Amino acid sequence: MITRDFIQIILFIVLLIGLTPVLGNYMFKVFNGKKHIMIPVLGWLEKLIYKFTGVNSGEEANWKTYTFGLLMFNLIGFVFVFLIQLFQAYLPLNPAHLTNVSWHSAFNTSVSFMTNTNWQGYAGETTMSYFVQMIGLTVQNFVSAATGIAVLLALIRGIARKTTDNLGNFWTDLTRSTLYVLLPLSILFSIVLVGQGVVQNFKTYETVQTLEGSQQIIPMGPAASQIAIKQLGTNGGGFFNANSAHPFENPTPLSNFLEMLAILLIPAALTFTYGKMVGSTRQGWTIFSVMLILLIAGLSISLYAEYAHNPIFGNLHLMEGKETRFGITNSVLWSTSTSAASNGSVNAMHDSLSPISGMIAMINIMLGEVIFGGVGAGLYGMVIFIILTVFIAGLMVGRTPEYLGKKINAFEVKMAIIAVLAPNIVILLFAAWASVIQPGLSSLNNSGPHGLSEILYAYSSAAGNNGSAFAGLNANTMFYNLTLGIGMLIGRFGIIIPVMAIAGSMGRKKITPLSAGTFRTDNSLFIILLIGVIIIIGGLTHFPALSLGPVVEHLLMNLGITF
Amino acid sequence: MSTKQNTSLFNKKILLQAAKDSVMKLNPALQVKNPVIFIVAIGSILTTIIVFVGIFQGNFSSFNLQICIWLWFTVLFANFSEAIAEGRGKAQAESLRKNRVQTKARKMDNKKEVSVYATELKKGDIVVCESGDVIPSDGEVIEGIASVDESAITGESAPVIRESGGDRSAVTGGTKVISDRILIRITSEQGNTFIDRMIALVEGAKRQKTPNEIALSILLSGLSIIFLLAVVTLPAFFSYSLSASGLPMSNNLTLPVLIALLVCLIPTTIGGLLSAIGISGMDRLLQRNVIATSGRAIEAAGDVDVLLLDKTGTITLGNRMATDFVPAENVSIEELADAAQFASLSDETPEGRSIVILAKEKFNIRGREVHQLNATFIPFTAQSRMSGVDYKTEEGTFHNIRKGSSEAIRTFVRNNNGFFPQNIQDVVNELARQGATPLVVAEDKRVLGVIHLKDIVKGGIKQRFAELRQMGIKTVMITGDNALTAAAIAAEAGVDDFMAEATPEDKLKRIREEQANGHLVGMIGDGTNDAPALAQADIGIAMNTGTQAAREAGNMVDLDSNPTKLIEVVEVGKQLLMTRGALTTFSIANDVAKYFAIIPAIAISLYSGKNGIGPLSALNVMNLGSPQSAILSAVIFNAIIIILLVPLALRGVHYRPVSANNALIRNLLIFGLGGIIAPFIGIKLIDILINL
Repeated sequence: MITRDFIQIILFIVLLIGLTPVLGNYMFKVFNGKKHIMIPVLGWLEKLIYKFTGVNSGEEANWKTYTFGLLMFNLIGFVFVFLIQLFQAYLPLNPAHLTNVSWHSAFNTSVSFMTNTNWQGYAGETTMSYFVQMIGLTVQNFVSAATGIAVLLALIRGIARKTTDNLGNFWTDLTRSTLYVLLPLSILFSIVLVGQGVVQNFKTYETVQTLEGSQQIIPMGPAASQIAIKQLGTNGGGFFNANSAHPFENPTPLSNFLEMLAILLIPAALTFTYGKMVGSTRQGWTIFSVMLILLIAGLSISLYAEYAHNPIFGNLHLMEGKETRFGITNSVLWSTSTSAASNGSVNAMHDSLSPISGMIAMINIMLGEVIFGGVGAGLYGMVIFIILTVFIAGLMVGRTPEYLGKKINAFEVKMAIIAVLAPNIVILLFAAWASVIQPGLSSLNNSGPHGLSEILYAYSSAAGNNGSAFAGLNANTMFYNLTLGIGMLIGRFGIIIPVMAIAGSMGRKKITPLSAGTFRTDNSLFIILLIGVIIIIGGLTHFPALSLGPVVEHLLMNLGITF
Repeated sequence: MSTKQNTSLFNKKILLQAAKDSVMKLNPALQVKNPVIFIVAIGSILTTIIVFVGIFQGNFSSFNLQICIWLWFTVLFANFSEAIAEGRGKAQAESLRKNRVQTKARKMDNKKEVSVYATELKKGDIVVCESGDVIPSDGEVIEGIASVDESAITGESAPVIRESGGDRSAVTGGTKVISDRILIRITSEQGNTFIDRMIALVEGAKRQKTPNEIALSILLSGLSIIFLLAVVTLPAFFSYSLSASGLPMSNNLTLPVLIALLVCLIPTTIGGLLSAIGISGMDRLLQRNVIATSGRAIEAAGDVDVLLLDKTGTITLGNRMATDFVPAENVSIEELADAAQFASLSDETPEGRSIVILAKEKFNIRGREVHQLNATFIPFTAQSRMSGVDYKTEEGTFHNIRKGSSEAIRTFVRNNNGFFPQNIQDVVNELARQGATPLVVAEDKRVLGVIHLKDIVKGGIKQRFAELRQMGIKTVMITGDNALTAAAIAAEAGVDDFMAEATPEDKLKRIREEQANGHLVGMIGDGTNDAPALAQADIGIAMNTGTQAAREAGNMVDLDSNPTKLIEVVEVGKQLLMTRGALTTFSIANDVAKYFAIIPAIAISLYSGKNGIGPLSALNVMNLGSPQSAILSAVIFNAIIIILLVPLALRGVHYRPVSANNALIRNLLIFGLGGIIAPFIGIKLIDILINL
């Protein structure tokens, strides 16, 4: 590593910290119906939407009604995206004349975009028409992110309010987060990206003659608009198969830097919004610190692993599959951010990371996608770990554990455990299944422990709603499309439903006032504890599987054996 | 009860009984109540079957047998911890039962006495008890007064007075009347009397899981499921790795090894000790002579953050004491002391006695022979509001000395054609402002001065309140005094707040207010008029001397009737929760070392060359002797640690009144960090022993 690399990383972190309160405060105003700068611009549209849909924006719902609305909305989105893929050949905006998508791939893709996973078993430019990409996938990119925010908002209200059933209005939350947060940021960001050279057109694919004299088809399309939201909404589904390693998605070092920052921007800012809404920005910064420390720790280990001497290349770095234009540091910074934030976009192939940095990417996902995590999802996932931490550690101060004045009882613990179990069940059971049966093994391109890592990564990615792939695994088979699709559903709603139940139960509780006997959740001791609990729960669950995948691969690499 | 005799943590009889009980508890119907240990029990059964099948098939594995034995020990040790906690309670229950021999009751039936068995008594029956009779059941004295020996339940041998009417009307079945005759109305159904409930509680027969225990059990079960998943999926990952290493599938993990791994990972330590911790919490309370009606109450005690404390008896000594004499102008202090002492000689009230003592201590005025002085003592009456002495001097003149409130004495001297000096009035006002009670002394028409009667704040109570404040507990003093006096005492005692001129309704209102603001309130009381507040409070401790109504309303009864007990109860509650948290942390932290013992052991052959030692042996950081000894050491450590921690579970973690943060740091260092390090050392030591 050279000085330039360090400067870039520091700049990245400083910008992230600096933007968090700015955007966080803006979102606080948006979600709480306060005056903000976008109301003069888009306020009429919000009113129009409510008038058109008949939503009474002031009417609040209990957790069951809120959740039901959310589930219905997602179900409709899923059915719509599923159908337009099945019939895309008959639909407009299909200049490349792409055929209808297979049913299992269509299932997988619509689940994937609805759940904010954006796992792509297909190659975008050779499978999906512009119509499906724009009307189906890009729309889901917005609303799946907005869904995550809505769940978080309901949870925050449950924590901050007392003795009430009201957790807000799902439709209002959905509209406001899309209209005032995701849309303006995406438009701004796509304009910047177009300025950097990202394509945005409806042209047919161009055929050019290469220097070698052969013919090459250059895909075109409305890429910039989808890339903006895929980064900002922690979606990650690339317009092109190569995702942000494709020069049309990510043309310059500046676009690369901004796209990386966009991955973490909203999840980070939401911690500030959280703090404001629960009445203590310290609480928000505490969570932010936990996330940042875990991110930097993962990044450091990955960078060390990539730059370390290895017996095969000596001091040469493992450049195969990396983002060769921007270098190792930018590949690793991206891989760490995208896996931590449940984004899933890539600018380098994770398959080509060193075993240890590949493992870090995998661990980032396995820990529950709480290191910034998905938009909304990362933070509500973090609250689950906070509940467990508060419960275990809170007992040690001699009081029934409480968080922000709310007592943590059996119901909350039960729901938190379900939320922790859901993704882990997917990862362990499906990966174990895939690693012993023919349909699972036949998709592998690599043998040895690396193959096991590919399988583990795929299911982690699905369960964590991340969407990035270790590549090297042909996932567009019926087996993988279905199991990964189911995995994504469990990983998404297996957390959302218990989180909503917790929100409902917390809202009904009284708030115990702060005293010297209260277990503090806004100091450095709590930061250490929370990090400890996240690592121990994730680590103990996945240590055996990881030791047979990346760990043994790393040890073998040091003996000069690769796969 | 046994509390006065020091019960040691273990004695031979209890240990033997517990050992027997831990085998009896293998009954699946009982075992299933503890999910974590139930998993171990199933593992033990499966391993046993495998061992026997192995013997029949002629490939006996001593490794499997050893795993099997230690798994059974794990179950037995967990049962043992519960049995020993129960055993201590059972010993206490036995001594209670001895007092509940089949007694005959003298039931009043239509004004006629009928002899019936105590067990036939119903709620509402009237019985009569005379000296020598054992009170047949719980009830309320409706007529008469008697002294009662309650040592059967309190362990206190001095008899107590029980009388109809007042706040001391409750009697307990099994106690003995030693003088006089009383009529008692039975207030409890048979089987639900105080002693019945005590026996049920200490035996743990009616023990239900408390809310926090349930929450913790869910967490432990959840963790167990996670580890179950991690273990059941391992053979699949192994089979992949075996085929990738070119090894035969027959090298895959055997069931005993998987079970061993599972048992090591699931939180058996806390799972095994959880019910022992709960029972011993109840037991610790009992040792302080407090009986809780449920485990839930003890837990809630740990959460209490507002304490309502009665001034008298809790914060101050029961009675006011004379601390000073302030003479009037032209009166020497000796003369005042002498007159005050003389006027108080026959005053049997504690205040009167304290005046005599003060006079003796300060001025060496000795007692005099009262009848030789031709003196007549005038006792205190509600009408006169003063007391004193009338005497005849040797010269034959009559004099009257009086002491009393300033108003009473003012009237007294005016009637004797005297006057009440302004400076005495000033002293009186000043003393009242300080929270003291001024008592004015006069002889005939002369006012001699003022006796300073003061509420004495108990020694060390201020320190206690400071500790409570550090723990985040607010103290509120309740008193019938006026606001001025209350404020002065509150300041001296260092309570956070006070309620002056408090009526029972005020108390109830205050509790409701605190609760509405999210506080949990603890209080202690005795009178019938305290009952609503006791019922409303989250922790209501009734004094054993109190009324039956109060005892029914509260969720704890303090047998010593000591108001400061409330503070100890809070401490026991906190200690109980801390012990659970600490052992949970310890249990989970232990897993790190167990992974480092077992994973390299089972994965040693993977991707190995000809020497059979694969790259994952690098994880064998403890350098354990062999794969078999590594697994065995982890299993043995896992079993033994339960037994080693039984004393801690019964005693509770060391408790100190410090802030939440300090308590957390301390417990984290000991049980978190210690929990990570201890098994590394323990497993290594066991491995060395095995490989000797």
